[in-house]
Amino acid sequence: MAERLDLLAQRARPDQILKHGILVLATLVALAPSVFMILTSLKSQQEYTFNKVGLPQDVVFEHFHNVLFDSGFLGWMVNSIILAAGAVALSTVVSCLGAYAIARMQFVGRGLLFSISTSLMAVPPVVMIVPLFVLYTQLSLISTYQGAIIIYAGLITPFSVYLLTSFFRTLPREIFESARIDGAGDFLILLKIVIPLSLPALLTLVVVNALYVWNDLLIAIIFLQDDAKRTLMAGISVFQGRYGDQIPLTMAGMAFASAPMVILYLAFQKHYIQGLMAGSIK
Amino acid sequence: MNHSSRFAPYLYVAPLVALLLFVFGYPLVRIFEFSFKMVRGIDGPWIGLRNYDLVLSQPLFWESVRHNLLLLLAVPFMVVWSLLIAVVLYERLKGWKLYRVVLFLPYILAIPIIAVVMKKMFQFNGPVNELLRWLSLDFLALDWIGSSDVALWTVMLLIIWRESALGIILFLARLLSLDESLIESAKLEGASWWQRLWYVIVPQMKVVIEFYVVVSVITILSAVFAYVFMIGGGRGGPGTSTMVVELYIFNALIRTSLPGIASAVSVLLFLVSLLLIVPLFAVRRRANEEEVG
Repeated sequence: MAERLDLLAQRARPDQILKHGILVLATLVALAPSVFMILTSLKSQQEYTFNKVGLPQDVVFEHFHNVLFDSGFLGWMVNSIILAAGAVALSTVVSCLGAYAIARMQFVGRGLLFSISTSLMAVPPVVMIVPLFVLYTQLSLISTYQGAIIIYAGLITPFSVYLLTSFFRTLPREIFESARIDGAGDFLILLKIVIPLSLPALLTLVVVNALYVWNDLLIAIIFLQDDAKRTLMAGISVFQGRYGDQIPLTMAGMAFASAPMVILYLAFQKHYIQGLMAGSIK
Repeated sequence: MNHSSRFAPYLYVAPLVALLLFVFGYPLVRIFEFSFKMVRGIDGPWIGLRNYDLVLSQPLFWESVRHNLLLLLAVPFMVVWSLLIAVVLYERLKGWKLYRVVLFLPYILAIPIIAVVMKKMFQFNGPVNELLRWLSLDFLALDWIGSSDVALWTVMLLIIWRESALGIILFLARLLSLDESLIESAKLEGASWWQRLWYVIVPQMKVVIEFYVVVSVITILSAVFAYVFMIGGGRGGPGTSTMVVELYIFNALIRTSLPGIASAVSVLLFLVSLLLIVPLFAVRRRANEEEVG
């Protein structure tokens, strides 16, 4: 009862208003670019010249139409999906096998492999590009999906191994022992027991890694220079250069490009937040 | 233990080792080799330390380094802002979960997208300046993107805006795991909000704050390429006012085709990142211990 009175008294205090004020201000700051992007994308080019901040007086959808049908956005998006799916699939398979061995098997160099792999999380991707670019030029792997997928898969793997190894180590030992008594081999245990039990961790991992590949610009502009192979982020840099003065059109492109990730975020908030916290090193 | 199972672990880690050797091992060996060579195309003659001499005597390289270091000034602002928001969110005012979802949004949007949007917002005749003039703050209506004195600060604003979202979520997660009885007893003993924050809450957040600082330093020294590339029109402009080390490497490799020079700078950046791995692992380990304990 006393606690409730205390709460009531608190609610009326002016510092509660201040705290709400801070949150409202922070929300406005966080949302302002998205609001500007969406409002502007619905204005005509003429209207934007005199109405930069307000609501659109005449809502037009032609910019979205143009983005969809007269620009490379759809193709770039498909490329980004291919790369993210390919890199995440490759890295997940490699990391599951490796992390299982590190967490559950005895072998020479186990600790060393884990320390080196974990340390690689802190090496900036830009350090690796020069030799890979020279090598890829030599092997004609520039502007190929497989070439970029291997690089992306490699860059996200240290984090995957770190997360999966930590997770596999928390699984109770009895599960493994009873499976072994039933005659299951390591591969069967990994496939039928460890992976199903690790689905939440795997989902988190897929979210973080897919987001990394989807959002990357550096690797994309260096290793995928051919217009047909361009990713969404690299495409955006071309698009804004070409249509820089057509701001409503540019904003429609940005709104379209950010929609998939925002929708996924709103649908899978918990995994995003957990995953990005775990992956904050990236 | 039979014969096959002794080798089995190596089969499991073989793809991992191969992938890491290709994407990290090979390049990390090669940048050292290339940095001592005059590489034309795929290889070239040894030239000793000439690449390093050239890089270290070039004003543009030092300007790039200086810009990365200046951007580090964003870190204290990021820490203070995200700490403030996290602490207020922790009060669990009405609707705090909704605020949390919205406040994390900046971190979800891709850097190139948000950089393009910000670039348009901060144009000289753009909405931000229009708003500032309307508020009679004309002296603040700067040429945010087009002036070489201001552009780097605009990049910094953008970095603070986006990277603070991560701080908010990290700090809030730590706060929600704190033992509330301590805070309650401080409240009962009559400690004011500020006293509770300063003497009870912040000391318990020391490790997560350190972790966030180290991660942010690594980000700013080695992962601001996308910000700068988009704001500076791909060239660190206007002029060289937003040139950073990553863009220097990119230019040396792609625009001027000097892999030797690009490698020398890569080696230097790699050595700096090695220095940062030590504090990173120290704070990461302590953060994990705290979570368990």
